[in-house]
Amino acid sequence: MDEMSVAPGDAIVFDGLRKTYEALEGSIEALGPLSFGIRKGEFVSVLGPSGCGKSTLMLVAAGLDDATSGGVIIDGRPITRAFTDLGIVFQDHALLEWRTIIGNVMLHSDLRKIPAKELQPRAMDLIRKVGLEGFENRYPFELSGGMRQRAAICRALVHSPPFLFFDEPFGALDALTREQMRVDLEKLWLDRRQTVLFITHGIAEAVALSDRVVVMTSRPGRVERIIDIDLPRPRGSAVLASPEFVGYCAVIKDIFSASGILKD
Amino acid sequence: MRKRQLLDAAGPLLALVLLFLGWESAVVLFGVSEHLLPRPSRIFVEIVDRAPMLALHASSTVSIILSGFALSVVVAIPLALAISFVPVVRRVVYPIVVFSQLIPKIAIAPLFIIWFGFGVLPKVLITFLISFFPILIQAIVGFTSIKPEPIRVARSMGAGPVDMFLRVRLPHALPNLFAGLKMSMAAAAIGAIVSEFIASSRGLGYLVLVANGEMNSPLAFAGMMLLSLIGILLYFIVELIQRLTTPWDIAQRRLTPN
Ligand SMILES: Nc1ncnc2c1ncn2[C@@H]1O[C@H](COP(=O)(O)OP(=O)(O)O)[C@@H](O)[C@H]1O
Ligand SMILES: [Mg+2]
Repeated sequence: MDEMSVAPGDAIVFDGLRKTYEALEGSIEALGPLSFGIRKGEFVSVLGPSGCGKSTLMLVAAGLDDATSGGVIIDGRPITRAFTDLGIVFQDHALLEWRTIIGNVMLHSDLRKIPAKELQPRAMDLIRKVGLEGFENRYPFELSGGMRQRAAICRALVHSPPFLFFDEPFGALDALTREQMRVDLEKLWLDRRQTVLFITHGIAEAVALSDRVVVMTSRPGRVERIIDIDLPRPRGSAVLASPEFVGYCAVIKDIFSASGILKD
Repeated sequence: MRKRQLLDAAGPLLALVLLFLGWESAVVLFGVSEHLLPRPSRIFVEIVDRAPMLALHASSTVSIILSGFALSVVVAIPLALAISFVPVVRRVVYPIVVFSQLIPKIAIAPLFIIWFGFGVLPKVLITFLISFFPILIQAIVGFTSIKPEPIRVARSMGAGPVDMFLRVRLPHALPNLFAGLKMSMAAAAIGAIVSEFIASSRGLGYLVLVANGEMNSPLAFAGMMLLSLIGILLYFIVELIQRLTTPWDIAQRRLTPN
């Protein structure tokens, strides 16, 4: 195990994780080997170029796909099947199109067998907080991309999970909506301080949201560098205009330039 | 909303009325003989005059359509499930089923009389043979076309196989299932008529055949008119159930017509 990046007591530990896909054209080295840890209550972004294995990393961490070697340990337990103590958001909202917005947020009630009335108040509270009030009885296709993604975030938060996994949740949104969603997400997270694994390919987004940013190499993705983001929260426009913020972004850009991912 | 629906229904109805009017006046204007093409009004009179007899034949036809259709559903859905979720079945059975569709079914229908006699059974089997494929194919598409994300979301919530099927895979498949049911219902109507042409002494198909033989065109047309009406009615019953069961899909298609 990499002593530098994994500390005892980490809530999530990636331990020598490696993933190879078997495809028709032969096997594809998608990810790793990589090791790092995420502390309890920490917001960690995994930042890397497209195709470097970020989605793979999240799927394996969530127990939705198997590691080829190494593995993921959450709260001291190795992940061997679907991990359910979490809220998860995919790049494509992944709402069930036959359920209304509130029906999607309340899906936990049917699948986790939680009484609906236990979940309902928090569901409505979240829907209000993300600005979806009045749309709870609409179907996903009636909403804009941003609204669907908000609904997906409500669904990930409603059962108050200790862990949150996001895979480029704002990837499909326009820049303005993206900005707003980032602000809203930080607010929601500051409420509860869940342990967050946030996948993104946006440098500014990673720096603005995270306590630490794990910068990845290109495929097969490994840990290139882990950067502590020491900025005050909430990170309003003043923080984002600060030289410190700009500095963090520049450092990451330099890393990508040095490895040839960004070219002048 | 209601007004819009009324307008939607009014168009086709108006076209139908115009068609009948045009037909009626053309027959009168050109003095077409009743044996070639009876006037619509003559056909309606025939239907009213012969109502009890027609009703008897119609009920026989409807029961064949519904039995054949029911058999198709009962066989096709489990088979679709097996083909969708059991790899061995998909590899071995699926090609055979698809290949069997290349056999002209109407041509083998007479064989059924040799095998099963003249009762209800051969008619139901012919109807089944003609109507079962659409529902099978659409069910397979419905069960296999789901993207991985909804499945992953459900797994992350600890869904077991039963919930996964009832709450994720089945609802996803419903629009396809209904498309298949509607096509199968239309095919079942055709199958029932074919079976009555070949192997029957009752039913509207039989009646049309006999009336044709006797050059009784008004009666033949009356039978055909009723057959069409029955076909349309049964189709819209399935459509109605679909509207009640899959409101999200209906609304979505109304917004993006294609
Ligand atoms: N199911 C799969 N089968 C084969 N190859 C895959 C599969 N999923 C991803 N890959 C490949 O693995 C690599 C990493 O994919 P992914 O984890 O989606 O990257 P990212 O999310 O960083 O864009 C890519 O080259 C991709 O083509
Ligand atoms: Mg990805």
